[in-house]
This record gives sequence, structure tokens and C-alpha cells, in this order.
Amino acid sequence: MYQYDSHDQAMVDARVAEFRDQVRRRLDGSLAEEQFRPLRLMNGLYLQLHAYMLRVAVPYGTLSSAQMTMLGDIADKYDRGYGHFTTRQNIQYNWIKLEEAPDILADLAKVEMHAIQTSGNCIRNTTSDQYAGAIADEVVDPRPYAELIRQWSTFHPEFSFLPRKFKMAVIASETDRAAMRLHDIGIQILRNDKGQLGAAFYVGGGMGRTPMIAPCINPFVPIDQMITYSEACLRVYNRYGRRDNKYKARIKILVHELGKDEYTRQVEAEFAHLLTQGIEPPLAELERIKAQFTDPAFATGLSDAVDRSDPDFAVWLDNNVQVHKQPGYAIVTISLKPVGGIPGDASGDQMRLMAQLARAYSFDELRVTHAQNIVLPHVRKADLYTVWQQLEEAGLGTPNLDKIGDIIACPGLDYCSLANARSIPVAQKISERFAGREQEIGELKLKISGCINACGHHHAGHIGILGVDRKGVENYQLLLGGSEGADTSLGTITGPGFNEEGIVDAVEKATSVYLANRHAGERFLDTYRRIGMAPFKDAIYAKDAV
Amino acid sequence: MKILTGNDLKTGAVTWWTGEGWSLHVAEAVDVGDQGDAIAARENAARRVVSPYVIDGETAADGPRPAHIKERIRALGPTVRLDLSLKPADPAAGNWVI
Amino acid sequence: MVETQLRFRDDEPAGDPAVTVDSFGEQTNAAAVRIEPGDDARVLLPHLDRITLVEVNFPVFGDGRGYSAARILREAGYAGELRAVGDVLIDQLAFLRRCGFDSFAPDQPLNAADAEAALARYPEVYSPTVDGRAPIWAKRHGLA
Ligand code: SF4
Repeated sequence: MYQYDSHDQAMVDARVAEFRDQVRRRLDGSLAEEQFRPLRLMNGLYLQLHAYMLRVAVPYGTLSSAQMTMLGDIADKYDRGYGHFTTRQNIQYNWIKLEEAPDILADLAKVEMHAIQTSGNCIRNTTSDQYAGAIADEVVDPRPYAELIRQWSTFHPEFSFLPRKFKMAVIASETDRAAMRLHDIGIQILRNDKGQLGAAFYVGGGMGRTPMIAPCINPFVPIDQMITYSEACLRVYNRYGRRDNKYKARIKILVHELGKDEYTRQVEAEFAHLLTQGIEPPLAELERIKAQFTDPAFATGLSDAVDRSDPDFAVWLDNNVQVHKQPGYAIVTISLKPVGGIPGDASGDQMRLMAQLARAYSFDELRVTHAQNIVLPHVRKADLYTVWQQLEEAGLGTPNLDKIGDIIACPGLDYCSLANARSIPVAQKISERFAGREQEIGELKLKISGCINACGHHHAGHIGILGVDRKGVENYQLLLGGSEGADTSLGTITGPGFNEEGIVDAVEKATSVYLANRHAGERFLDTYRRIGMAPFKDAIYAKDAV
Repeated sequence: MKILTGNDLKTGAVTWWTGEGWSLHVAEAVDVGDQGDAIAARENAARRVVSPYVIDGETAADGPRPAHIKERIRALGPTVRLDLSLKPADPAAGNWVI
Repeated sequence: MVETQLRFRDDEPAGDPAVTVDSFGEQTNAAAVRIEPGDDARVLLPHLDRITLVEVNFPVFGDGRGYSAARILREAGYAGELRAVGDVLIDQLAFLRRCGFDSFAPDQPLNAADAEAALARYPEVYSPTVDGRAPIWAKRHGLA
């Protein structure tokens, strides 16, 4: 894992002091709210439905035990005993006091964490593959590249007042587990046919009101020019991205309106100029970072055998445990989606327990996934049963990874001031309705957003649900056929929306159509793609037989 | 009726204008008539509230009731964590927001 | 005209009033020009040798186009005065300075002590710009 040196620490410490000073000036009246707002947002502090909300960055989703323990302690000390893991691999606290926010940042800085640029019209936390460093199919570990981007983008003087927020993701395998093409910039680290490392740039993806899949604007930027190329992409956006209309201000609209070719031409021209400016860190810096992401000291010669005699354990194994690149080890995903629970929420105690497990069984490492779960990346197969037992005891052993109960849901109208409808109660009702049938239904990614901003990735759900406001009443639209990853696609709305009960019924009808039509081995998404929308629509909107 | 609401500057807590000050309880909110913006500007300048705004409401049997569901959820707390709401002892409190 | 509150240059301030980018093209003797957010700073590049003052206007502080304009001018070798005018606030000073601004004429006067603290806040920088400060990576690898 990356560890701060004195330079990194000095930057984060300076930020704490700066924010303390800004809060002081807000409270003494020298900063008006309009001026303070963008400053607090750049520190992840929102004013939400019930209180201030603080979003803490988890760079590329990687946490140490000490960091996870601190997150749990902050939940207890400053909040109401829990936190919410988000689709951007961050954590949010819902009940923060402005006066205490500087102290929280100071506590975070003690474990090399911060809330820098977790909101605002700047470059946000860079996300990555939650299985980085543990999965066999990666070309390299993508996280050093994400760390290089983290440093470059932190307090970037030119790009702190962009037309709109800016999200980047870095992956390094063909299987995309980070929804890379649904980001403002998605980067895939790869090798060319000469074996050299480079970065493929996908620019202009995103969800929200105008979902778009990012086109590839450059299939191979040499790895020692990745930062310069990013700078060029951003400069063109900063200069020409729309500022007249908030809903058209994301880079996807610029790329769309200019056309991919023209945008690319402008980026290449800027890139040629910036190459003369000496802004690229030397390869030695990348090597320095890489040296901190080397494999942990895996034991060799371990057996791959796992005793499956406990049937509940066997179900969990089949659902939540992935193949590790190292024989004798496994990747464990801890589901934060208990039946009837709040997706992504974890209590302070649960966080500390997960930290303990990581210390004892996973080389001190954890990951946050964009599906709002937690990963123990390097667990010995011989330890799986013990780990599972402890998770079970803490309510963290739900065996439902990528099943219908593993719902992505944004906070919605229970917490979010932008929401049109509640997301969490819908997730709870669906997971209760389908409890016990998840294995029969198989892989089904269900995603719920409480408004068009799409924090719950509803466009990319095999089944997506979007909350809308219909004359002051919560209403839910249903989408089918979305996907993220190698086969990224955007879902299609089935038709008129439903109330809360109705949307749960509609989901049930959709799964019935799938079960009645599926061929052997087909997932919900495969069947949908084969038979199309019509049969689903017929079933969902059929008038009940009289 | 017109209700003036905002958040406490220091704690972020949702607050309602009572005619004399700010309360956590919407039941204590008063009709501000056409005075909402003036009170809001004054209270904002005095830093007793952050981002105040006027909403529509009606007078129900149990007191003022904001017209929009969002404001009713603000008044109660998260419906999925009633234990953290202003009515932790009432399991049916969530029905009030619908 | 709004007063220049902070200036980090030793030379005498230019006396000429700044003209718009459009009229600058026609007035071949103008030495001071004012860039609005939508203007392309690159149209000035052929004329840098006769410019002594560029004002970059920030009508609202949240419009960040002026940061790119400033860097573009400095990257092209512009050495004259680069002044941020308009909605220039304390907490943007350090970013502006890093992009090459060396004088500030805010609409509302800034608290001098707070401004000084803000400018001195960050001991180091991650990204190199035209301000000549060595980025952290250069220090790490003995390049500074
Ligand atoms: S999708 Fe909308 S309701 Fe949900 S968290 Fe995002 S902004 Fe809030």
C-alpha cells in the first residue's frame, strides 16, 4: 500500500489548517455562505437533508486496517455510529457538525486520509479496480497509476474551478470492474505489441441526465506521458466546456458537441504544446510508487482445498469468494447488503471488525467496491471458514454478491437534498421480496438512484430504478438492459412509472419473464438481450385478467 | 401557510422559525406570511441559520405540515432510521411523511 | 477603476487602460489588454513583445477559464504584469499565483492578514506550473 512521505503528510496537514481557518472565517462572518460553499465542498462537506454530510476520500478504494479502524472511530466519535460507503469507493457521514469538521480532518490526517476534492467542480477521487493486485487478469496493478493521478490532481491550480465535477477511473485488465467507460476520463493501462506499457484514454463518459459511454480518443499514450495527456484533456475542457448550463457542463457534452474527432484534435494540439513544459513526473516517481504496491509476502505451496461441509458456508463461498492470482489464496467480498438492510451502511463496530479481519487474515488490506461492498483482497483459503464465521456473527456474511439482493442504492430522499424519491426503502423491499430466491435467479445487478443524477448507477443496472417526483409524490421508473464493464450498455425505460409497491411488483414480473425464457447458463441480462424488451413490457404492463 | 426553514450554521441541524427563534420541531413553526424573506435575510446575516428558505405548508390537526415530502422528511429524519429521527419511539412515524 | 491591492513585481505599474481583446487587434499601439472568460488568450501570443499588462477578468470566482488563460500566456513566455481582476477572493489567491498572476485587483478589498496566510499556506506543490516552484516529485528525485 502507498504510504505518505513527509511531503504528502505536509500537504494534508496544511489542508487541515486551511480548512480550520476557513471554518473560523465562516463562523466569524468574514466568509459568506456563497463564498464558503465551494470551499467546504472541496473538502467534501455538504449541507444535506438533515445535517452537514462529510465525504471522505478512499483513494482507488484501498484502505489499511488502521484507516478502516479510524473510519469506524470517527463514526462513533463525531457521527451517529455508522457510515455509508458510496459508489465512488468513498465513505460518507451523515450527521456532521461544522464546528467539528476540522477535528475530523485532523483525525483523518493521522492515518494518511483526507476529504480533499471529494466534491466541487474539480478532479475528484480517482477510482480503480477493487481486485487490483489480487486478480490474475490484470496487466499490472492499476493503483500506482491512480496514485500518480491523485498527486497530480491534488490542489491542481488550473483545474479547481472546472465547468463541472470531474471523475477519473483507472483499470488495467480487459474485464472492467470500475465502470471505466462511464467516467469523465477512463484510463486502461495496457501493453502494446512491443510489450511497452501505455494508457488508453476514454473521454466523455458519464451517467446523470445524459448518459454516455466514453469513446476511446487515444488507444495508446506512452506511460511516461500519461499525466501530460490528462492535463491536455483537462485544459481543453476547462477552456471550452459549457458554463452556461449546469446540465450541459460535463465533459461528455463537450466531446459530444464538438465530436470525438475534433475534441481529440484539440487535445493532441494541446498535448504537443504541454510536452514542452516539463510537467510529467519522471519514471523514477512511478517506480517509487510502484515499489509500495508490491505483492505482500504470500506463502507458497499452500493447498487450494476448502472444506465445504458446512452448507451455509458453501453458499457464501460460491457467491462471495473469487479466485486469487496466488495459489492457496482467495479474494473475499464482504456484502454490505443484508436482507432488508441499507445498502452500503456499516456501523462503527462493523468497520472495526472488518479492520481486525484484514489485519489478521488479509495482509492488513481492505478495498471499497463501487458496488458498495468491502473486499478482503488476500485471504488464505485455509482461513476462509474462520473469516466467514466472524462475518456471520457481525451480520456481514450475506451470500449475495452480484445477486438481486446486492443492490446499489444511493441515499435518496432519506438523506439527499437533491433527491426526488427515496431509494433505500425500495432496495429494502426488493431484497426482502426476493430473499431465498437469489441463487435461483443468479447474477442480476439491480441499481437504484433517487434522482436523475444517477449516483446509484441506474442506467448501468441489468435492472435499473430511477426515482422521480410526480406532482410531489414519489414515483419510480424501471429500466432494463444496462450494464457496466466489458459489455457496457445503457438501460432502456420500460414505460410509465410505478409507486413503491408497484415497482417491486414490476421487478418481480421482469424476473418471472426471465425465468420462463432463459436458456441454460443465461443471466438475466443475456436473456434480455436475446429476447428484447417486448416480452418484459407485456408482462409488466399486462392488465390483470378479469 | 408559509414556513421558514433552514439549518443551524454550527451543527447543521434542521430548524424551523418559531416567530422568536429557531426550533428543531416543525410543530413549533409559525406562518411567516410575506415576511419570510426579510426574516431569512436578517437571521442569515446574524449567522444563526444557514441557507434559509420559505416553503409552503398547511395547518393540520397535529400542527404545521410542510406541503412537500422532502420537507416532511427533513422535519422527521430519515425514514429508514427512525431510531435517529425526532420520533424514535413511534414505529409508525414514517407514515406522516407520505 | 478598481485598485490593485496586491502586487508581486518591482517594476512600475503600466499606466495605460486595458483594452478588450477585440479592439487590441486593431489598436497596434495598445500595451494593455483585458481578457474576458470567453476570450482565447492564444490570439495575443504573436503580440507579447508589446504587451506590458494583461488583466484577466473573473466576473464570478467559480468561472475558472482565467486560470488556463494565465498559464497559456506564461507558457508562451509572457513576462509582463498579469493581473487578476473582479471576483478575486482570498481562497483562490494561491491557485491564481501558481498560474502566473502577479497582481490582484479584487472588487472587494481582501483582509490583508488572511490573504497573506492563504498565500503562505502550502509549503509544497504536487504539480509544476509556470511559477517555477519545484514539484514534490522533483524534490524526491533530486531534480530540484
Ligand atoms: S442520485 Fe440523486 S438522490 Fe441519489 S444521491 Fe445522487 S443526487 Fe442524491
